[in-house]
Amino acid sequence: MERTISRNSGESSLFAAAIRESLFAGLISLGLFIMLVGLKTDQNIRNELVIEQRWGLLASLVALTMVGRFLYVLFVRPALERRKLQKARVAPKAAEKSYLARNWTKFAVLFLFIYPVLMVLMFGLQGSLKWVDNFGIQVLIYVMLAWGLNIVVGLAGLLDLGYVAFYAVGAYSYALLGTQFGWSFWILLPAAGLMAAFWGVILGFPVLRLRGDYLAIVTLAFGEIIRLVIINWREVTNGAAGVSGIPKVTFFGLFDFNISSPYYIAKVFDIAQSGVYYKIFLYYLILLLALLTAFVTIRLRRLPVGRAWEALREDEIACRSLGINTTNTKLTAFAIGAMFGGFAGAFFAARQGFVSPESFVFLESAIIVAIVVLGGMGSLTGIAIAALVTIGGTEILREMQFLKVIFGPDFTPELYRMLLFGIAMVIVMVWKPRGFVSSREPTAFLHERKAVSSAFTKEGHG
Amino acid sequence: MTTGTDMNKPILEVEHLSMKFGGLVAIGDLSFQAKRGEITALIGPNGAGKTTVFNCITGFYKPTEGMIRLNGRNGNEFLLERMPDFRITAKAKVARTFQNIRLFSGMTLLENLLVAQHNKLMRASGFTLLGLFGIGGYHSASAQSIELAKFWLEKADLIDRADDPAGDLPYGAQRRLEIARAMCTEPDLLCLDEPAAGLNPKESLALNTLLNDIKDNSGTSILLIEHDMSVVMQISDHVVVLEYGRKISDGNPETVRADPKVIAAYLGVDDEEVETVLTEVGDEQVIHELDAEPDPEHGPSASSSLMAGPISDTIGHSNGHGELVRVTPGASKAEQVEKQAAKAAAAPSAAPAMKKAPSPKPAAKSATAKAAPAAKPAAPARQPKAASVKAAAKPSDEPKKLSNTLSAPRGGVPDQLTQIKGIGPVNQRKLNEHGIFHFDQIAAWKKADVAAAEAYLAFDGRIAREDWVGQAKTLAKAAAKAAKSGGRK
Amino acid sequence: MAAKPLLQVEVVETYYGNIRALGGVDVAVNEGEIVALIGANGAGKSTLMMTIFGNPRARAGTITFAGTDITHMPTHEIARLRIAQSPEGRRIFPRMTVLENLQMGASLDNLQYFDEDVEKVFTLFPRLKERMSQRGGTLSGGEQQMLSIGRALMARPKLLLLDEPSLGLAPLIVRQIFDAIRQLNKTEGLTVFLVEQNAFGALKLADRGYVMVNGRVTMSGSGRDLLADPEVRAAYLEGGRH
Ligand SMILES: Nc1ncnc2c1ncn2[C@@H]1O[C@H](COP(=O)(O)OP(=O)(O)OP(=O)(O)O)[C@@H](O)[C@H]1O
Ligand SMILES: Nc1ncnc2c1ncn2[C@@H]1O[C@H](COP(=O)(O)OP(=O)(O)OP(=O)(O)O)[C@@H](O)[C@H]1O
Ligand SMILES: [Mg+2]
Ligand SMILES: [Mg+2]
Repeated sequence: MERTISRNSGESSLFAAAIRESLFAGLISLGLFIMLVGLKTDQNIRNELVIEQRWGLLASLVALTMVGRFLYVLFVRPALERRKLQKARVAPKAAEKSYLARNWTKFAVLFLFIYPVLMVLMFGLQGSLKWVDNFGIQVLIYVMLAWGLNIVVGLAGLLDLGYVAFYAVGAYSYALLGTQFGWSFWILLPAAGLMAAFWGVILGFPVLRLRGDYLAIVTLAFGEIIRLVIINWREVTNGAAGVSGIPKVTFFGLFDFNISSPYYIAKVFDIAQSGVYYKIFLYYLILLLALLTAFVTIRLRRLPVGRAWEALREDEIACRSLGINTTNTKLTAFAIGAMFGGFAGAFFAARQGFVSPESFVFLESAIIVAIVVLGGMGSLTGIAIAALVTIGGTEILREMQFLKVIFGPDFTPELYRMLLFGIAMVIVMVWKPRGFVSSREPTAFLHERKAVSSAFTKEGHG
Repeated sequence: MTTGTDMNKPILEVEHLSMKFGGLVAIGDLSFQAKRGEITALIGPNGAGKTTVFNCITGFYKPTEGMIRLNGRNGNEFLLERMPDFRITAKAKVARTFQNIRLFSGMTLLENLLVAQHNKLMRASGFTLLGLFGIGGYHSASAQSIELAKFWLEKADLIDRADDPAGDLPYGAQRRLEIARAMCTEPDLLCLDEPAAGLNPKESLALNTLLNDIKDNSGTSILLIEHDMSVVMQISDHVVVLEYGRKISDGNPETVRADPKVIAAYLGVDDEEVETVLTEVGDEQVIHELDAEPDPEHGPSASSSLMAGPISDTIGHSNGHGELVRVTPGASKAEQVEKQAAKAAAAPSAAPAMKKAPSPKPAAKSATAKAAPAAKPAAPARQPKAASVKAAAKPSDEPKKLSNTLSAPRGGVPDQLTQIKGIGPVNQRKLNEHGIFHFDQIAAWKKADVAAAEAYLAFDGRIAREDWVGQAKTLAKAAAKAAKSGGRK
Repeated sequence: MAAKPLLQVEVVETYYGNIRALGGVDVAVNEGEIVALIGANGAGKSTLMMTIFGNPRARAGTITFAGTDITHMPTHEIARLRIAQSPEGRRIFPRMTVLENLQMGASLDNLQYFDEDVEKVFTLFPRLKERMSQRGGTLSGGEQQMLSIGRALMARPKLLLLDEPSLGLAPLIVRQIFDAIRQLNKTEGLTVFLVEQNAFGALKLADRGYVMVNGRVTMSGSGRDLLADPEVRAAYLEGGRH
């Protein structure tokens, strides 16, 4: 009885609330858009600044916001709340996951392996280039970088804003040694990893005692220092001009991808010449490197070091009270994370054939950190998804020519890439504040493996 | 236990330990020993420096002065003050828990216990290198470590929740998990900082069993900080009492519990349970006042701790007992007791009872050693001044000052005094022993009577606060009415 | 008891994720009363305390304070109604000094009483006065507990919620705090709702008590009755401390 009464009165007050909130939302959007959308500066033929007024567009935007808010408050929000309640009411029955859901990592990996083939089949040899190189390889590089950084930030909880420095160390190691001495990629790849790991330890030492914001600032500075050294140490690095002519990767010396070389793949296999082969080869190379990173991360998490990293993120003092040498533990995290950055760097140099300090600006570090955070700290799957969404998403935005139909012919999607990227990021963080995959997989279990909810895990203090 | 060369050597020897934080001397020249295979308790008022002692032992603080020697199981000797914290656990085998629980809350219980076996597993995994490629004995070592974890999970009664995150556990279970985690490091010395905090009496009983089990079966000696006397007095073999960073008592639980200094500084007198102990030692201030000019008008203080006296923030050093903090002239209760004892020795008439003089009242309840202390330092801060002045000044076997006692209840039937809020069965019995049987008797009490009664009951302003007299008046009236109506019928 | 209770909790349900921590709890605290809540580990006592403050939120049921429905009110607004809490785990501000912590606790509309209130807290806990300019985080455990209680008192609350006030305190201080609670209740009419593991002390102090088991209130009655109840005795009192 009482319930129904309150429900009725609730309905009308809900309606009022929806109206009120939609008015608010309209007001706010009006305030926001009046300058951004309502007025537009332009040049006329005489190169004078003119202000174009777009009240219609403004009005439609504001109206859209209001309607959206109204519907949200009136229908979506109550529905969400009801569902939440219902979910809680019903004893959480461990729904038997479908076969697909249980094995979906396997399917995902399988898909990644046949992806280039699919692309070639769909778009032809030349048409697939864009999808394999600009899209596939680009995303996988970031997946690998983010997985590498995940060891430092996600597992050990040490916020590193200078990760791109190790990427740079790896890239320059290969670029310089490869061009100067002509050493093979396969020798220089581990060398680049070791160089980066060495620098990881070098960075690690001074910042061991720092935590939180201080650690972040110092690592950020470290990233900038490496970049500035590269710019200014012209004799070795060729400064801002960069290093070019970096040798391509060979297939373990069996054949290579230089048209002029006698072992050119098209000659060896007697097939049509194309640049796509190299790209496909690179695609598989970075895929394997990324999978190596994932494999090592998964293995390490089940080893004492990995557990110690996570324990360190949870509570450093408790770690010390259990006899864990936190200094060494942090240094290994820095070193191993940096090593994978170095690998990725060497690959990057080989792929581009050219490196310059331009590629290693702070923005890169920020993007990698953003991917780790967006994915959910510590979760490999989440991070891979985040990399796909952020990097793949911004790449795909280049393709959105059809948006011109909506926004008029002078709309260039590229220009709005970063804006949309930012909006998407905000939306994701509101919707999933702890990242795509916020729960944590335990590394050992007695009876059953239950994911640990993000309510309990800590982000670490640096 | 192992063949250890010198099993009689104490496992832990703390000598002349001092720890200063800026001007504050948290520990001042502390020396004590913990015997192997025993449970040694460290007790004392809040802020006495107990946790600081733990932090020095486990290397989280470097002591300003002093030495901490740990004699390991195999005759190894470690000077803990020179070792970094993690090596103390790894090498010297000292494990600890924290007063504010520090678990890895986002990791499962099992993982928590596996992290504790880090060093062992590190070695087994060839410092990660072999383990990464699955070579070497890591697999079996890992299985063993899970077995050990299971063992302790079962002991701590947590095995059912092994796969839940530690942060999900209720408080008491988290405490047990912390102990289990510490035990997984296979320590020689286990330092527990308030393991029973947040446990109800039943649970702390279970804790007692767990700790006794550890002591008896794992060869681990225990150093225990605890405020729950039911734990301390029941399981510890040896108790060390600190106050203001200084040791004020040291001995077995019985002697410590009976030590007037400990009672004054820390225990207080359990109002209902402890046998009547009369005031020997009052607040220092009271004694000063007494020396100068008696103040008969001094009624019970309104607020419990108003009598702590004016507090100056100065921290001085007295040379008498090494260095110690004296924040307030009268801050150290134990010191007051000492002074008073000295005084008593000088003037025998004033104190018949510093030693085990028979209590003025026949001990009604066994209550182990509680009967012994003849001093009444019960929370001197709360002592109604009049009462303590009286009690401190007069020999304690004399102050039968209640004006309206009866030798037997009228009509042979005493009133149910427990109906008065604040009077329990024990107090009722005590009152009966003093010849108080009826409500009207209490209702007729004057100030002096109240003070005297409080001295008997080792109370301190409570009678006034709880308004026993007022309650008694109402009850007496009701009783009279009932008697009348009963008579009419 | 004709008047409405100061705090009324009606069939409140609280969840952590999908786990139900409170399953329909009814509790009433009348003005001027001391009410104790006891229960085993993990019964949901702290959850109830926090739910009253709206963190976590009750998913069902209502909570009214002094006639206002506070079930869906933001936590800071609930606090402005002059409910103060000394929560589980103390939650003092570790980088602020003792005095600053107390300042944080003071309510803005009562600033004229600030000095008086601080003095009162210091009288209750002389130890805090000694450590006045020390950072909260470096205080000893018991000192932090005193600070947490003191901070709650600074708000001049109408209703004081105490989650295990005796935790980590020396026996002498525990009794002193219980006495002080009784005193405040008597002289200033402070209403107190407290959770205690020290069931004996709490029930003795309280006018009424509730027993909570597995997220439900299973028993209630006057403190004295509960103390005498054999079931309560067996479950919460036996086994040592009195
Ligand atoms: N890092 C520090 N800086 C300054 N003072 C400190 C520090 N650590 C502790 N203290 C002070 O030293 C004294 C002793 O603290 P300690 O934590 O050892 O007390 P405790 O005996 O464990 O008390 P409790 O029973 O309340 O836990 C306290 O007054 C505390 O405020
Ligand atoms: N943040 C949380 N997330 C999930 N579950 C929780 C959380 N906090 C508490 N719980 C669970 O809710 C239940 C009730 O916990 P609560 O802390 O309220 O108990 P309590 O009665 O206060 O116990 P204690 O006496 O140990 O303080 C417990 O089973 C606990 O595991
Ligand atoms: Mg302590
Ligand atoms: Mg609790």
